[in-house]
Amino acid sequence: MEILVCARRVPDTSENEIALNSAGNDIERGELVYSINEPDNYAVEEALQITAKVGGQVTVVTVGGEDDEEILRREMAMGATQAALISDDAFQGSDGKGIASILKAFVQKGKYDLILTGVQADDGGAQVGGMLAAMLDYPFAALVNSIEVLDCKKLKIGREIAGGNREMNEIDLPCVLSIQTGINEPRYVGMRGIRAVASVPIPTHSASDLALDPSTVGGSAAKVKRVDYFVPALGKGAEMLNGSREENVDKVLELVAAKGGLK
Amino acid sequence: MARIFAYIAHKGGAHDDTAAELIAAAKKIDPTASPTAIVLGWGADLDGVCATLRASYKEVWKIAHESLAYPNAELIRKALVKVVPPGSIVLVPHEHFGIDLAPGLSIKLNAAFVSDVLAIEGAEGSFLKVVRQEFGGQVSAHVRCDVTSGLVVTIRPGAFKPLEGAAASGNVVDKFAEVGALTAGRRYLETVVAEVGDVDITKYNVLVSIGRGIQEKDNVALAQELADALGAAVSCSRPVVDAKWLEKSRQVGSSGKTVKPKVYLACGISGSFQHLAGIKGSPFLIAINKNPRAPIFQVADVGIVDDILEFLPELTNKVREMRRVA
Repeated sequence: MEILVCARRVPDTSENEIALNSAGNDIERGELVYSINEPDNYAVEEALQITAKVGGQVTVVTVGGEDDEEILRREMAMGATQAALISDDAFQGSDGKGIASILKAFVQKGKYDLILTGVQADDGGAQVGGMLAAMLDYPFAALVNSIEVLDCKKLKIGREIAGGNREMNEIDLPCVLSIQTGINEPRYVGMRGIRAVASVPIPTHSASDLALDPSTVGGSAAKVKRVDYFVPALGKGAEMLNGSREENVDKVLELVAAKGGLK
Repeated sequence: MARIFAYIAHKGGAHDDTAAELIAAAKKIDPTASPTAIVLGWGADLDGVCATLRASYKEVWKIAHESLAYPNAELIRKALVKVVPPGSIVLVPHEHFGIDLAPGLSIKLNAAFVSDVLAIEGAEGSFLKVVRQEFGGQVSAHVRCDVTSGLVVTIRPGAFKPLEGAAASGNVVDKFAEVGALTAGRRYLETVVAEVGDVDITKYNVLVSIGRGIQEKDNVALAQELADALGAAVSCSRPVVDAKWLEKSRQVGSSGKTVKPKVYLACGISGSFQHLAGIKGSPFLIAINKNPRAPIFQVADVGIVDDILEFLPELTNKVREMRRVA
């Protein structure tokens, strides 16, 4: 099975305190720790587990710039056989539909049975997978948390729905699935693994390589644009305890008791 | 402004709470708007939902088909594309079904798309300005959407308060004839119900709830020791289950359990809206997190910026000490 995984490099929310820059038009990016978008990493692991069972290859693709190559190498170190960087100044300012249009052009240059994306990025809209599927007229499922290959024409998949329940579906190939975190346990990637793929050439594709009409991508085509960032004043906020740890421990215990939490 | 439609999620013959919230959202787009409800389904359940919706929507479009007895996003998208006029604004709840349906719908309607909207600042000409959150709620963003060729927008459940006294006595319009035959590359098989698990976290007055800040599996014991001392249970947020440190049955949130404790100790939990959606009954919420910008501090009653790996053992010792004295 030929599997394409669409991945992104994002500021890692769990590793960063996200703050606004002084102009308020972006977050402060100077000190940020970047990594592969977490659900995308689960998607790559899932692709590797599927090809380990039924054969085939895993290709990882990202739309971005030079800096984004590091996540492609990371995923190659995990076991992806090929990677591709789609990069062009014309892509600047693309909205979700623009990114989906770029990926569609890439997909159509190859032959993939299955396309995986992460369900959502921390600064994204959980949108590119569903859009890409609609553009390709492929079936789609979001929030996928289990995949079983039934035969070369279809999969049995689980979707995460409310209350911890799982919705089981049969889906025809080729299709696009957006992968939820927790579907598997992504393998560890050590420095040795990264070094082993450090010099593997990663092809770059431009807008013209993909025969993309520049008017369909980038800022001028985007119907949806972020104007600015802000930190909302939400509610009254918590009463912050600023004492020593010992004082805070005492206060918490007192509060838990007062609210009926100690019997 | 364009005509506004509200996609009505429903189950077991009852519509979702979001049905009323979408009316409130529509009024934020255009105060004069009278949104049209679109309901797809089958049988008596569908008729029941339509009858109830007449009380709040002036027009209810009904599409009945046996294949829609369970909501299949692909079939529903194809049906909507047949009936929704070009240039419309379509509101969809941002939950597991909306995430499945809405992005592809926007492509097929050639409409703009914006997801998980929690406020609408209003329209300026053919533009709509909305508010989203990014980076786990640490910052918000204003987003401008060109709605010239229509818009599909998913609305965060609970973000728009239903309007008071919005009586409508609306009409139900059967739109099935416009839809015709529907086929999909994806077929619903069954729903696998969540396992109950060893501990029922919905039964406890106090929850010691842990998030990503617990850092590794061995540290879960720190929370369990505190819970044991308090007579509480250990619950958690999604990353702890993803990492297989606790069973899915311990997860609080929209994709996990809904809990109603008296006291909720959020330890190393950032406070995503999906997690908060599982906490009901306004418990006293104490948040402990290393990151002073964690969104949990916006909703907690009391907050402490500290490392839970050091704070929890001290709290446990203190509880044990107190128990001995008592």
